[in-house]
Amino acid sequence: MSVSLTGREHLTQIRRAARKRPHLVLALLSLTLLGALAVRVLLGSYTVTIPDFFTLLSGGNLDHARGARYIVMEDKLPRAVLGALAGLAFGAAGAIFQLLLRNPLASPDIIGISTGASLGAVTAIVFFGLTGFSVSLFAIGFALVVALLIMLLSAGDTGAGNRFILMGIGVSALASSVISYLMSRISSSDAQTATLWMSGSLSNANWNRISILSLTLLILLPTVALLHRYLHALAVGDELAHGLGVRTHAVRWGFITLGVLLAAVATAATGPIAFVAFVSGPIARRLQGGPHSLTASALVGAIIVVLADFVGANLIPSGNLPVGILTGVAGAPLLIWLLARSQKEGKA
Amino acid sequence: MTPFRLAQRHSVPASTQKRAVVLLVLLVVFGAAAVLSFTVGARAISFNTVLTYLTGSENLGQTDAAVLSQRLVRTLWAAMVGAALALAGAGMQGVTRNPLGDPGILGVNAGASFAVVAGITFFSVQSTSAYAAWAFVGAAIASVLVYSLASLGRGGATPVKLALMGAAISAGLGSLTTALILQNQNALDSLRRWQVGTVAGARLEDLTPGAFLLLIGALILLSGAKTINNFALGDDVAASLGENVALKRLLMALAITLLVGTSVALAGPIAFIGLMAPHTVRALVGSDYRALLPLSALFGAVILILADTVGRVILPPQEVQVGVTTVIVGVPVFIYLVRRAKAVNL
Repeated sequence: MSVSLTGREHLTQIRRAARKRPHLVLALLSLTLLGALAVRVLLGSYTVTIPDFFTLLSGGNLDHARGARYIVMEDKLPRAVLGALAGLAFGAAGAIFQLLLRNPLASPDIIGISTGASLGAVTAIVFFGLTGFSVSLFAIGFALVVALLIMLLSAGDTGAGNRFILMGIGVSALASSVISYLMSRISSSDAQTATLWMSGSLSNANWNRISILSLTLLILLPTVALLHRYLHALAVGDELAHGLGVRTHAVRWGFITLGVLLAAVATAATGPIAFVAFVSGPIARRLQGGPHSLTASALVGAIIVVLADFVGANLIPSGNLPVGILTGVAGAPLLIWLLARSQKEGKA
Repeated sequence: MTPFRLAQRHSVPASTQKRAVVLLVLLVVFGAAAVLSFTVGARAISFNTVLTYLTGSENLGQTDAAVLSQRLVRTLWAAMVGAALALAGAGMQGVTRNPLGDPGILGVNAGASFAVVAGITFFSVQSTSAYAAWAFVGAAIASVLVYSLASLGRGGATPVKLALMGAAISAGLGSLTTALILQNQNALDSLRRWQVGTVAGARLEDLTPGAFLLLIGALILLSGAKTINNFALGDDVAASLGENVALKRLLMALAITLLVGTSVALAGPIAFIGLMAPHTVRALVGSDYRALLPLSALFGAVILILADTVGRVILPPQEVQVGVTTVIVGVPVFIYLVRRAKAVNL
């Protein structure tokens, strides 16, 4: 009797631990993100001590190093913050699409949203000679138009998930061939700018960009947080969700819009940082061991971007490799491994 | 395994007569396309001048002769690459039983172009045959990766998993390619032109090695047409019909890879011809690969010649590369195919 009791107690403990685990993982991920930010800002080719950093942050100057203020406040800190914000958005967007389309491979990079944003940016650079914020507006506008096109093309069937993905791949091919066409037409210097933008880079981070992105995220992320239980209800299946009183159609299109907006504003700020949206969701799920968590995925995305930028800016000999190249190169094998694992377990 | 619905829908055997009619029409269209390709362009040349040139007469202006010899090479080039890509697409559709088989969609083009860029960057390869060798290896690795990863898990290699895996591998290889290009500023200029897919820079001396490799691939694939027909019935049935399924599939895959790799080396990554040509021909003559393969090749050649010709005049004074025009025509076909297929089959 006592044995079965302890057994039962044991089980309750495990259950309690399992219930606690998500929060523990979230806390650990937040700490890791803070650590990554600290590494990015303090270490690297120019190291700063913590007291010095706070002196600089509060507006002071260092007597022994005149240039420190500029390096930290205009380069390292904005890059770290912008990277973290973009990573949050990419991670959340990826998880939204993966949950919504019930496919671990569905992510804004693959289904054309990022390609649409890139097309917008290249158009802005090539045809209108724009720079900075206006390029971002073009990117967001084109991403939304592309998303709308995909939605229209995939509408009208119950198997909307798969069709949405395939339409996305088709539209993405269309957009990227137009990009290649434009790229082959322009001057070398424009091509440099455009290639750099399309590979996803934090090198042009500034406080202006950060304030725009953080304001947009301040609207989008809480909306996602408020509504995310509907998304989870949808993930169990359309019929069941309908039975639970969820208006599946409205929820689906609402979340596609939210996911597109998140991916688009982040892409507009940094360019498409490859594979972050793609791998964040599966990594988060692996860490948490439970169902998808948008928060965990967003945090993982931010950690990846900040750390990849640190590596790209400091540890690569040729110096200042764009962060998107690094995530792309490292992300492809990681992605293959994750897919192989999850598909073997039959979760695909 | 996914039922090959698109094939079944048209599996009514078309009469030999119908095939002959389609062949005749295609040949006429091919001739017309070739004539257009000779006459249309930045410098319009009359049909009579073309005839004079082709019959080897000497009464021809210097400029006309130069333009025409360039257009001749370009037309041959487009015909070869178009036919090869259409064959490869048809072969992929048959071997993987996936209606969305196309070298561009399944990531094979991306593998080949990454390998070429890597070859240029690290080993400064220059000749077309060296390009072809690198492209072949890249195409082979990419196809093995895409197919084996998409076959994992429930339901095997379904069209949607293959297409997604192809897109994922393309994206990964794309950022690797960009990484290489960004490191090598001099290469960016020539590579960004090649990467679009074009037959504009075609040279006669590169034609022979490319044509030889394409011919080998095409012959292997064409001689295996009956085997591909048996594949459509399912692996078990094919085995019971006396096919060594694994060996034959490997052989077909090698031929397809050879075709794609060489095409990419010759003209850069060109997508959607492998999708358009076989599906159009299949709708006309049914899905017997013995007729489908050669007719698709002919139609693929026609599409690429026309795409190249249209690209010369659509946005004057510049040329639009074939890689762009084929995608712009091909994506609607892709969308139509996806919309027509039952969701369950994806």
